Amino acid sequence: MRFTRGFRGRGQGARDSRLPPGQYDVGSTWPVLTAEATPKLSTETWTFKVSGLVEQPTTWSWDEIHALPTSSFEGDIHCVTTWSKLGVKFTGVSVDALLAAARPLPAATHVLALGHTGYTTNLPLDDVTSGKAWVVWDYEGNPLPVEHGGPARMIVPHLYFWKSAKWVSGLEFQDHNEPGFWERNGYHDHGDPWLEQRYQGD
Amino acid sequence: MATVVEVRAETANAKTFRLALPHPSIHLAGQHYIVRLTAPDGYTASRSYSVASPPDGSAEIELTVEHLPDGEVSSFLHEVVVPGDAIEVRGPIGGWFVWRGDAPALLVGGGSGVVPLMAMLRLARRSGRSDLLRLVVSARSPADLYYAAELPGPETTIVYTRATPPSWPRPVGRLNRGDLPAPIAPDATAYVCGTPGFADAATGLLADAGTPADRIRVERFGPTR
Repeated sequence: MRFTRGFRGRGQGARDSRLPPGQYDVGSTWPVLTAEATPKLSTETWTFKVSGLVEQPTTWSWDEIHALPTSSFEGDIHCVTTWSKLGVKFTGVSVDALLAAARPLPAATHVLALGHTGYTTNLPLDDVTSGKAWVVWDYEGNPLPVEHGGPARMIVPHLYFWKSAKWVSGLEFQDHNEPGFWERNGYHDHGDPWLEQRYQGD
Repeated sequence: MATVVEVRAETANAKTFRLALPHPSIHLAGQHYIVRLTAPDGYTASRSYSVASPPDGSAEIELTVEHLPDGEVSSFLHEVVVPGDAIEVRGPIGGWFVWRGDAPALLVGGGSGVVPLMAMLRLARRSGRSDLLRLVVSARSPADLYYAAELPGPETTIVYTRATPPSWPRPVGRLNRGDLPAPIAPDATAYVCGTPGFADAATGLLADAGTPADRIRVERFGPTR
């Protein structure tokens, strides 16, 4: 291994086992990194749509999605820019609850998460089912701030956080893998932080 | 691995590191490189830094790094690294916040957010296409302005928020709509780079001036340490 002259790193011996390789703990801060202008979305007109290869394409209004059983995620999130935020809690609805209504067809293998800004990110079906993904509107008991994707965003916390689309508008089920915004712009197709799947070629 | 060939101060808390790569760089203006530090025990720390030098076919690139308080990688680069050191870099990274030198663009940068925009300005000047670019830079004071000797030109507007040079025509104050130049083309793309607060303010001004959201590209510097 080549090491860097004079570099020892900080927090020797105290590294939190919740941190994937190459990540550091941002503590109480929460960096904001987005590639587009922050949109102004009203919950009056907000919708979330499940479309594509599903038996029952379904659109929920703000009130309708809140009528579904709520579900929370408590754990850690990891950004590809190397920060992680540990022990956070988001509340919303599990993607499983949405799919119980829309029912993906057997041909569906992938999903494209869509944002109200035009943002997209692609995920294999297996990465958004069985309790691995949520649409959330509550962070630590408060409405999700707009700079963090409010009124509602995806949370797919086992993958790097660009997979957790801010300002999410829907999920489109597909029978093939269609690279999303960052995936077309140099980032890894899957994005597992524990495998350091940061960039194309990792 | 890259070799540090030159370190120079841009301001009291920003340094430019000139790196020699093993191969000619294929970066586009606006892209970044990852710098990765490795400790003897295998611990690593990586951060992204924008390339300030234009694509010029050479095997040397310049990264300008702001020294952040308590910044693990930026402190090491500022306090320890000297010419001759080997540094692990990876890149270029990013296919979105890039300017290829052939389309009209309005660049708006705050503080260290000027770095990727500087690569674009340098590319425009090198290739004789300054007519395609307008650059607006916001800095706290003259002492905080990066590339102070090189920036001024017919393409550039400098806005000071806290202190100005003597007899500077514009009063101090945050970037406002009057600071934005008239669009050089109806389809110009805006590139905004800075802190989240600066980026939100600048994109708001651009939107107020009629720039469609899909013509605005943003790169935000998080408070990453």
